[in-house]
Amino acid sequence: MLDLIKQLINGLQAGSIFALVALGYTMVYGIVKLINFAHGDIIMVGAYFSLMAIPMLSSVGLPLWLCAIVAAALCAILGVVTERVAYKPLRNSPRISALITAIGVSLLLQNAFMLLFSATPKPYPSIFGKDSITLGDGFTVSYITILTIVVTVVLMVLLQMFIKRTRVGKSMRAVSEDAGAAQLMGINVNNTISITFAIGSALAAVAAVLYSAAYPLIDPYMGSFLGIKAFVAAVLGGIGSIPGAMIGGFTIGIVESLTKAYISSQISDAVVFLLLILVLLIKPTGIMGKNIGEKV
Amino acid sequence: MKKTLALLMAIAMLAMLLVGCGGGESGAPAESDSIFIGCLAPLTGDVSVYGVTTKQGAELAFEEINAAGGVNGKQLTYEFVDEKGDSMEAVNAYNMLMDKKMVALFGDVTSKPTIAVAELSAEDNMPMITATATHPDVTKKGSNVVRACFLDPYQGQIMAQFAADNLGVKTAAIIYNTSDDYSSGLKDSFTQYANEFGLTIVATEGYGADDKDFKTQLTKIQAQKPDVLFVPDYYEKASLIATQAREIGYDNPLLGVDGWDGVLAVLDEANYGVVEGCYFSNHYSVDDTTPVVANFIKNYTDKYGEAPTAFSALGYDAIYMLKAALENAKSLSKEDIIAALKVVEIDGVTGHISLDEEGNPIKVVSIVEIKDGKYTLKTKINPVGEE
Repeated sequence: MLDLIKQLINGLQAGSIFALVALGYTMVYGIVKLINFAHGDIIMVGAYFSLMAIPMLSSVGLPLWLCAIVAAALCAILGVVTERVAYKPLRNSPRISALITAIGVSLLLQNAFMLLFSATPKPYPSIFGKDSITLGDGFTVSYITILTIVVTVVLMVLLQMFIKRTRVGKSMRAVSEDAGAAQLMGINVNNTISITFAIGSALAAVAAVLYSAAYPLIDPYMGSFLGIKAFVAAVLGGIGSIPGAMIGGFTIGIVESLTKAYISSQISDAVVFLLLILVLLIKPTGIMGKNIGEKV
Repeated sequence: MKKTLALLMAIAMLAMLLVGCGGGESGAPAESDSIFIGCLAPLTGDVSVYGVTTKQGAELAFEEINAAGGVNGKQLTYEFVDEKGDSMEAVNAYNMLMDKKMVALFGDVTSKPTIAVAELSAEDNMPMITATATHPDVTKKGSNVVRACFLDPYQGQIMAQFAADNLGVKTAAIIYNTSDDYSSGLKDSFTQYANEFGLTIVATEGYGADDKDFKTQLTKIQAQKPDVLFVPDYYEKASLIATQAREIGYDNPLLGVDGWDGVLAVLDEANYGVVEGCYFSNHYSVDDTTPVVANFIKNYTDKYGEAPTAFSALGYDAIYMLKAALENAKSLSKEDIIAALKVVEIDGVTGHISLDEEGNPIKVVSIVEIKDGKYTLKTKINPVGEE
């Protein structure tokens, strides 16, 4: 029983990261119907930005966790610039053009960072300390694990409130429902899309800091595999749905962990993808996906 | 199609070589007062870090030998050809060196192209020594191939022996990369010899090549409370596994292999604690005080401005093995050199080296301990049955 709880916590930690990254996919898809393949690489960029911010923060005596804020701000700018430069000119082109452009942006980021920082993995300092909490005999949970789960849940709740309660959130929902009509109602579609990219990228940067603190080795290709897993989480939960991204992320994390623990570590990926296939067969829009009504 | 491609590649290579030869002292092996050694190494590409450090070690040895009067009065000339870690490039380079009438071949560095070249060299009966190719098949292609490094399974055996005899532990667990031959081969040999040395394996867990989260497997291992945890993988994975093992509360030593060399470079200084008190097997240790090792490290550092790696040390030793064989050979015919190479024996940087009948070295293994954030030599282990 104790083992089961430990494994569930392991799964929740991995799932939290997937969920944070999946949010970026889901928000962008919801608003511009684009699968932003460069999103995984924004995580990588966020990890490098935060790594660069750490020595500066420590030299002026500020707490190191502020690097997450710095990285989030820089990634938000990067997200907006990417959208303006690469995706906006293609907004009225066939969707496949934007998709290919996203892959291009992904390759550009990977290779640019490889040139800047070389392909050698860089160690990541322990910014949140190495303390852990002991809960009974041989049951320790590290601080970073708890922090990851708590930060993720808090961010999700804040984001959901932002979308439901604020004017900007309302305009985001409006644009995702019908961009043309939204524009006629006086909503600035371009700004709304930019804000969506900014929020998605900032969340990716927070995910990057939490991920790098837990797995303290960063390299220019770290985003691609994580990005794919998070994309699966977004689809599983229902792409376009914010609670869906959270449920998808946690489901994948926990299923992976339990498969590794009780079946075999070699088939965990297979089980995750099998689950995805099953969900899509039964409910093609994903767990939380809305049924899309035919427009008449 | 393939032939056309090969031809094109060959032409391109040749053109590049001609350009490369333009300003250099390379080539022209024909003088009778010198012995031409062909050398293969990946100097660019993914595995270039291994190629470059091996080359640097070998070049240091060449220079020392020539400065000391060469081999029986003859100077050694050499040429390094870049094969980019690719089998086809390596074969082309080998043919090119054959045309230049090399007397012996030094190379290759990684196992795959080495096997490809070994196959050709066996047909030509060309004396060949590889410093660092660890795959068992390398020396099985023909009797003309020998090597300076120990084989992968050998390290598994040594680490099992070290755990049982030197650390005196009773139980061990293994976590290994299921998609990597190096890692799974080491797991197999460790498991096999653990039983022989009276060590109980309480858990064996695997992970995939792209995995970064090992907490699930480590949690399972921790439940068995093993005395040591064997982690046969390269340093990047090792650093992540060590970090996460400490996070879930596993405090006993981790045991590693030569792939661990460099683990401190991928850890933040504040995190050195996670590998403190861990041991790994290696070809040599930088703080070994034997004169041959100390000299090598000093000369190497003076020449290149960086500390040598295990690859540099093996490259250096391989050239000295070749030198000893050339000195002892009755003539410089291929047969005589091969015969001399098979019985060669030297005291090198990586220890006393002699060869078994397959051309694989019988040598001591250095056990390195990570202590106070530094690599320190814990002990040297002889394989059982050797003294």
